[in-house]
Amino acid sequence: MRATSVPQTVFTVVVFVALAGYAFVGGSFGLDLITKIMIYAIFALSLELIAGGVGLVSFGHAAYFGIGAYAAVLLTPKDGAASLVLLLPAAVCAAALYALAVGALSLRTRGVYFIMVTLAFAQMAYYVAHDTPLGGGTDGIYLTQKPAIGEALNLNQPVMIYGFTLVVLAAVFLFLALLNRSRFGHALAGIRVNEQRMRAMSYSTFGYKLAAFTLSGAIAGFAGFLFAVKDGFVNPELMSWHLSGAVLVMVILGGLGHLRGALIGAFAFVLLQEFFKSEAIFGALAKHWHLGLGLAIIVSVTLLPNGLVGLPAEIKRHLAGTPRDNT
Amino acid sequence: MTTATFLIQYLNALQYGLLLFLVASGLTLIFGIMGVINLAHGSFYMTGAYMAYALAPWVEGHLGGGFFVTLAVGVILAVALGYVLEWAFFSYLHEREHLQQVLMTYGLILVFEELRSLIVGDDVHGVKAPEWLAGSIPLGDVMTYPVYRLFMSGVCIVLALAMYWLFRHTRLGMRIRAGSTNREMVQNLGIDVSRLYRVVFAGGVALAVFAGMLAAPVSSVYPGMGNQVLIVCFVVVVIGGIGSIRGALLASLLIGVVDTFGKVLLPQAAGVLVYVLMALILLWKPGGLFKAG
Amino acid sequence: MTTPEILLRGSGLTRRWGGVLAVDNVSISLRRGAVHAVIGTNGAGKSTLINLLSGEIEPSAGRVELNGVDVTRWRQPRRARAGLGRSYQRTTLFPGLTVLENCRLAAQALQPRPWLWWQDARRCEESLQAARYALLRSGLDGQDQQIAGELSHGQQRQLEIALCLATRPDVLLLDEPLAGMGAEETRRMLDLLNELKADHAILLVEHDMDAVFRIADEITVMVNGTVIASDTPQAIRSHAAVREAYLGED
Repeated sequence: MRATSVPQTVFTVVVFVALAGYAFVGGSFGLDLITKIMIYAIFALSLELIAGGVGLVSFGHAAYFGIGAYAAVLLTPKDGAASLVLLLPAAVCAAALYALAVGALSLRTRGVYFIMVTLAFAQMAYYVAHDTPLGGGTDGIYLTQKPAIGEALNLNQPVMIYGFTLVVLAAVFLFLALLNRSRFGHALAGIRVNEQRMRAMSYSTFGYKLAAFTLSGAIAGFAGFLFAVKDGFVNPELMSWHLSGAVLVMVILGGLGHLRGALIGAFAFVLLQEFFKSEAIFGALAKHWHLGLGLAIIVSVTLLPNGLVGLPAEIKRHLAGTPRDNT
Repeated sequence: MTTATFLIQYLNALQYGLLLFLVASGLTLIFGIMGVINLAHGSFYMTGAYMAYALAPWVEGHLGGGFFVTLAVGVILAVALGYVLEWAFFSYLHEREHLQQVLMTYGLILVFEELRSLIVGDDVHGVKAPEWLAGSIPLGDVMTYPVYRLFMSGVCIVLALAMYWLFRHTRLGMRIRAGSTNREMVQNLGIDVSRLYRVVFAGGVALAVFAGMLAAPVSSVYPGMGNQVLIVCFVVVVIGGIGSIRGALLASLLIGVVDTFGKVLLPQAAGVLVYVLMALILLWKPGGLFKAG
Repeated sequence: MTTPEILLRGSGLTRRWGGVLAVDNVSISLRRGAVHAVIGTNGAGKSTLINLLSGEIEPSAGRVELNGVDVTRWRQPRRARAGLGRSYQRTTLFPGLTVLENCRLAAQALQPRPWLWWQDARRCEESLQAARYALLRSGLDGQDQQIAGELSHGQQRQLEIALCLATRPDVLLLDEPLAGMGAEETRRMLDLLNELKADHAILLVEHDMDAVFRIADEITVMVNGTVIASDTPQAIRSHAAVREAYLGED
């Protein structure tokens, strides 16, 4: 229910224009990296929808990401490329269906219990991929033929994947921005603040939460689909709690409750990783890049209570010398 | 399954469950009292295991050696570590949103894991049980059971009883119990909450480190060993009910049995059983078995 | 004279918590144009009774009828849509939103097709109208751009009522609307209730006895979950059992 200010809109537009421009100048390493970040950004946006929008923190979002990815691989026929028009909706629906089932069962619980139930259901999906022949075990499965629409859109070239991911990211961002502004979005925000009152005002809050959760799962599945198509490979790690944790970190690092936060968080997280991994800067220490990433996260928590989106406000506060407004 | 194999599996389940309880009780205390979802708790367990590996030679050289001396040194270090960590990383986060604390503990996991790698390296190490516990006792005609595992279970039971005594019969225990049910009340009673938090955090760390040291001879010592334990412990805490020590004990034993027998009877589904159990229990009781406050 | 229509009727309502009977076989009817007050000491079961009527908790026994329809099995949101509004003892608003936005969010609940994601909620004319109407009726129309969390206590209580009105209910269940109010604020709230009773059936749970006897058309007295008397204010005033049990006389 937050109104968007002009600088925020300008920021978002500049980011997307810059991303579009990069498609023409980026090398293959850069394109691949930014594609990965954009996929994580879509994934983080899906989590922001329920964690920031409704206040439901899911610690098992990798399951929907992974299901989207696995569906992309498993539903591709052995002897040729699948049509994007069929494969994509199938993958998204698979993720949404699992989210629907999980949501229907887990939305009875609250707070930390909700966090843990979502984790439990994600672990179930993980072990199905890990321990059954369906998922190919720890080794994972390869996607031999990438999906296409005729000759026009073939997702084999890095620049094509980059462009497609960028369009999807922009569409998801715009969709969620409109959703937040709509009656549905206002109802979700109302549920976050005061669910009891919303029920007294005749909102079937369970239905709203379930719809949001399913939608979130579908978007996460979309991101997973893109990931599988980009790498041409899936393994159970895509459903592991490490990835669920990482995406949650992106959302909090960027700033929970803001769509921009998910975007900034995904960029910051992956770029920090790449920075600390760089042997040119850190030499032998680059092997221990987790250390730098961990310290960076600790510093950001200490200094930025509202995440990276709160950075301009924090700087202003410092310059003005006023005490922190703890909200 | 013969009686002897059943007995062995049963003892394994008990030992695993009791060990889980040691780690999970610290987690549930920190959770219930400070409201901190401590993802770094597994790292403390790992730290303990590496201490068992790295401290033993030092203790041998400087203090004349001895299993219990090593344990004691480890616990003292752990308490100090917990005290300092709480002061350095959590004391100013109490008023912030819980998710900020989650992010902090996530950062700590990464730091701990890399510090471990820098200091001790990434190799897998075995740790020897002390000689007087190294033997096995016969079970039935052909089977034997290692004495050290029995010893572990015994130590865990003693600790569980000590905790029970601490919570029931000491002032500190009463404060902790009051703190888990009503934080504001404790504040109003004039108890120094930040000191209580520091003590609880240090205690939780010490429990995890102790469990890691105890487990090292059985599980060996390897990178990433904390993460595995962490998730299972969260399952324990949630099944038992957040903040409930009794619940943690019951849930640990339950998971010990389900996991151990699951691996024997249903090896294909062993990994998932624990989570199915948790989902079922939470659907039946959304607040866990012993909901506190 | 025709009998005024009964909008809400609870009969034989019972709720057990473990072994304790919080509400024991309570029957109550609310008529349009009347304020029905429920009084009783703390723990007498008044709030539980409101929760049973509004559908927040399920009764162990008994039934609830709304406009002649059995709604005992209906969940709270469905009952609310059918015309049952309630307020809470502890003020629960959306403190970060403006007064108008609070009411618009309430009124929006009645609008069909909430999933039309491209529509701007703030431009929904029907809900804006309903919200303005609710503010007008509750006397907050001058404050519509103020942030709800910054209102005075009395105004927040008024907004509580406005949130109920925005969903256009026939029945209002009000849980201590006068709690913590000064004399002037109390007078204003009573005027408001007097106005609202013309076209609503009102259940009033209240501790302020002066106010209750001034405004109620009927009073039900609860002790330990049971009704010990239910009558006109005059009759209640002289009711021996009430005086003994509630007013502390013997």
